[in-house]
Amino acid sequence: MANSVKKSAKVAVAAQNLTPRTALGGAKFKGFVSVTEAAALGMISLRAKSDVAGLTLAIKAAVGVELPTSGQILTQAGKAVAWMSPDEYLLIMPYAEVTGCLAQLRANLAGRHSLAVDVSDARAVFDVTGPKADQVLSKLCPVDFAALGPNQLRRTRTAQVAAAIWREGTGLRLVCFRSVAGYVMGLLTHSAQSGAEIR
Amino acid sequence: MSTRLAKGGRLIDRSLSYDFTFNGKGLRGFAGDTLAAAMLANDQMLMGRSFKYHRPRSVVACGPEEPNALVNLGEDARLEPNQRATTTALFDGLVASSQNHWPSLEFDVGAINAKLSAFLPAGFYYKTFMFPRAFWKHIFEPIIRQSAGLGKAPNQRDADRYEHTYAFCDLLVIGGGVAGLRAALVAGQAGLRVILLEQNVHFGGRAVVDSTVDGSLIDGVSAHDWVEKTLSALAKLANVTVQNRTTGAGVYDHGYVLADERVADHTPGDGRPKQRLWRIRAGRILTATGAIERPLAFAGNDLPGVLLAAALRDYVLNYGVTLGDRTVIVTNNDDAYRTALALVDAGLSVPAILDARPEANGDLPNAARAKGIRVETGRAIAKVKGGKRVTGVSVCLQAGEGAVLEEIACDAVAMSGGWSPVVHLFSHCGGKLIWQEDGAFFKPDAARPPITHDGSAMVLAAGAANGALLASECLADADAAVLMAVKLARAKTKASKTPTVTSPSEGKMAPVWIMPQGAGLDLRAKMWLDYQNDVKVSDVQLAAREGFESVEHTKRYTTLGMATDQGKLSNINGLAILADALGEHIPAVGTTTFRPPYTPVTIGALAGEARGDIFQPLRRTPMHDWHESAGAYFEPVGLWRRPYCYPKGQETHEASVAREVLNTRNGLGLLDASTLGKIIVKGPDAGRFLDMLYTGVMSSLPIGKCRYGLMCNENGFLSDDGVVARIDEETWLCHTTSGGADRIHAHMEDWLQCEWWDWQVYTANVTEQYAQVAVVGPKARALLEKLGGMDVSQDRLPFMQWADGTLGGFPVRVYRISFSGELSYEIALPSSYGLTFWEACIAAGAEFGVMPYGTEALHIMRAEKGFIMIGDETDGTVIPQDLNMAWAISKKKTDYLGKRGQERSFLADPERWTLVGLETLDGSVIPDGAYVVAEGVNPNGQRNVQGRVTSTYFSPTLKCGIAMGLLARGSARMGEIVELPVLNGAPIKAKVVNQIFYDKEGAKANG
Repeated sequence: MANSVKKSAKVAVAAQNLTPRTALGGAKFKGFVSVTEAAALGMISLRAKSDVAGLTLAIKAAVGVELPTSGQILTQAGKAVAWMSPDEYLLIMPYAEVTGCLAQLRANLAGRHSLAVDVSDARAVFDVTGPKADQVLSKLCPVDFAALGPNQLRRTRTAQVAAAIWREGTGLRLVCFRSVAGYVMGLLTHSAQSGAEIR
Repeated sequence: MSTRLAKGGRLIDRSLSYDFTFNGKGLRGFAGDTLAAAMLANDQMLMGRSFKYHRPRSVVACGPEEPNALVNLGEDARLEPNQRATTTALFDGLVASSQNHWPSLEFDVGAINAKLSAFLPAGFYYKTFMFPRAFWKHIFEPIIRQSAGLGKAPNQRDADRYEHTYAFCDLLVIGGGVAGLRAALVAGQAGLRVILLEQNVHFGGRAVVDSTVDGSLIDGVSAHDWVEKTLSALAKLANVTVQNRTTGAGVYDHGYVLADERVADHTPGDGRPKQRLWRIRAGRILTATGAIERPLAFAGNDLPGVLLAAALRDYVLNYGVTLGDRTVIVTNNDDAYRTALALVDAGLSVPAILDARPEANGDLPNAARAKGIRVETGRAIAKVKGGKRVTGVSVCLQAGEGAVLEEIACDAVAMSGGWSPVVHLFSHCGGKLIWQEDGAFFKPDAARPPITHDGSAMVLAAGAANGALLASECLADADAAVLMAVKLARAKTKASKTPTVTSPSEGKMAPVWIMPQGAGLDLRAKMWLDYQNDVKVSDVQLAAREGFESVEHTKRYTTLGMATDQGKLSNINGLAILADALGEHIPAVGTTTFRPPYTPVTIGALAGEARGDIFQPLRRTPMHDWHESAGAYFEPVGLWRRPYCYPKGQETHEASVAREVLNTRNGLGLLDASTLGKIIVKGPDAGRFLDMLYTGVMSSLPIGKCRYGLMCNENGFLSDDGVVARIDEETWLCHTTSGGADRIHAHMEDWLQCEWWDWQVYTANVTEQYAQVAVVGPKARALLEKLGGMDVSQDRLPFMQWADGTLGGFPVRVYRISFSGELSYEIALPSSYGLTFWEACIAAGAEFGVMPYGTEALHIMRAEKGFIMIGDETDGTVIPQDLNMAWAISKKKTDYLGKRGQERSFLADPERWTLVGLETLDGSVIPDGAYVVAEGVNPNGQRNVQGRVTSTYFSPTLKCGIAMGLLARGSARMGEIVELPVLNGAPIKAKVVNQIFYDKEGAKANG
């Protein structure tokens, strides 16, 4: 966001250590699966129609993968792009790379009708890991987990809030809005308690 | 007396006993018992009292259809009223108490109602409790409330937790009897994803018990062995899920089914969720829900010791328990003879089988005769003798009027009036029924099932639930149903023969709706139909005589079928009596509507996880924890929680708010404004789009500048307001109210997707991407300069402009906008740094006396400045012109949302109420919601009104009450004194003034 900056001659408060804080500071719970709030994750929301000239190249340059089709999330070395709607994509990358990536995207799509915004701070990310991770989320999300394959992202809800879920590592990753992180952590904790296994 | 037999009991473990209490009495049972079986084993026959007449009640059934044996189960935070003892699994330490009596179960004063039964027939409350009218509030209503209900309502928070689970399958089979097991196996082997639900702990339904008695075989083995084999085969199929203790509760559109799993009802407090609600989406549903036996209607059929014939053999064979040494059987069909055989095999006595039919020559009656049991055809029970339990029966001719032929002493009467297929789940979503004359039952009409999205059958019935009551028909019927289900799923079944069944053949049943058929009124007044609500044959006949001809009306007039058992034993018998009384055929009368749930579901299960901290998705800003530690008092703004004020020490809220206002106006205040909506609007057509959405012109807003805007809906009414910032050539950022962010974003997308779909505009809701801190007051600039970084001087950043930069090392966007009327900077930065930045402001601001302020101080300051608030000055019927805001409406634009609406005559009417300030003459605060009255009354006799208060506060700045309100022709009436009535006291007098109370020139914000 840095534009014109004029350093003040007056005594300035010492520059803060710019460590991004996640909504819950890395909350964890261990029940019959592990629930962890993930570290800050870079996310860019990109609005553009799939046939926009240069879109595929711009995404390739940003995260190194192809343009996803409906319901897909494509991952490559810690970066990913997911199809969110007919004219919306979600790009995922390390938090520190967002500013640069955003600038590059806007440059690559200049002159084409599109909108790229940083949404890294607007979300909270949770990892539900363990062999029975599916069971925990099946208590909260109306999703057929048996039919959720790798490279699929499902926009759904978890109990009363919107969420996006996909398979990541040995479990499932869930993204929700930052303001309801406490509520979602409460849901996951309730559902993952030992003794609450469905099978 | 009821007792435990020395041997037998398929389901109990005699090596493991459990201690429990009933009404404080210590009793003992075995693992595997139900509470009902254990109570019977202890000769605790009396289990409760009926609702209206308080008659003594004991079990009639052995399963979920039980209407009588209802107990308060557990205590305090685990108390559950109205639990059926027949479905409650016994556990060590169980505590139960009986219901609906005073002072005790054995001696109940309420039994007086039974003596007054002539005055308390069905519908008596429509005829009594009418006069005198004055008695209603203090006499009739308290009496009715006192006698309402059966069990005790819990008054503590439920100590258990609950959850939901979603599940998906191609075929949902409800019912784990032989038909359901067979269907699940065939479908599973055909590759379908199958879920099989069984409400009981054990599988096999009636077959496993009955084949013990009559020696029937499935594929050459006992039903029990066949069930075990089938369960093993199902366990090997990864695509089949088998759930016991799970009741299918309701069937809804498109294959959606709710089922209630009783996870830990039988192991309370073991840390597991007590119950789990299954929310299943099934490609197709197969109901193999079996059939329920019907009582017979004879005088005294409600005495403890009279029960259903199959229930008695279930008690004997499953739990090794009997109700008495001598049992008389009364029946209209062959099935009840199985009970006689079971009793005699257990060494008990059957003095007689009274068969209402003229003949009984099937395999089972002959087997009974062969065991030396006396079988009398054409016979009926005229009356059961006994008070709190059966002592004997009077026998008569079924064809007659009840003249007694002989008396037989006995301890129990096992009755069977036939079997009714369980059609509830088939019917929930529109499935229709058809009457089968030769079984006297309603069964699913295969031609009119509930249908799904493509017009095909959503639910298929199988086995006894489909009218195939006999073992010999049941499995073939299940195969027919599952073959159809597999075909509809476009799969192929593996070749397999329908299992062969050898079982006794059964003769025809004869419908018997009244026993004996010519019984007079005094006998009919003692023939029970609904045991829980005390509805008798005479009551249904009375309803018919009084003109209640529809079965739905008769149900409600008599309360037949309206108790917690939902009429499972009474519905068919009741409508048969009604049909007879009306001279109609039974199918013409029909059934009442079947509605979910099939059996009661506890509210905790329906709530699932949604209670306590996770009842609602509360929204918290990045600085929430700081506010909490600072002692903030929060208020809800939609689902957000925002600080209302920050009381220090023992401060009242009023004092805190006053301090915050004065400190902000005189020094430095800090407000968490993160909840305000922030929507990015970008594209070649973005300017044109915003010109349609706002009343003013946004397309001309220069880059770097801010403009306040109003949004109306199509009807012209004010919907939201906020400051818009021009970011670059194609990009605007729109602020909305906190409560309006999601709504306005949806509004924008609605118009872009549905109306102006060819305009090139994208929106993005970035409300939560940025924390926003308002730095407000004369010392605001000083704080920011101390943080250091970008130039925030008046020259570089004047009022209504924005700039990007850094402050204190943080990357920020600063807007010079003010809602308080003071010098004000709203600073936006990524939420991940919001808290740290806020803390830096608090630390750096200490020398300036910085204080956080909350929403109430915010509201007062804007009101002092005459700024409107969406939701206070607006209520969905107010237009900008009403609020003196015509200046915000562009006269140059040809169109905007609401323009045409505002041109309608009543919105252009000069008599409309317009915004004014109101200053009380005595400085007091006008109460919220006060009206300004006018002379005279309206045609309803209500005082005429000419205005109302929209915002009212005590102003710490001006040290008096201030208010804004809408007043007829308000702007023309400056200086006039108006009256506002209050609830207690003399009307308040107030002067009509300009809505701006403070800093009319607006100099402070501009500095």
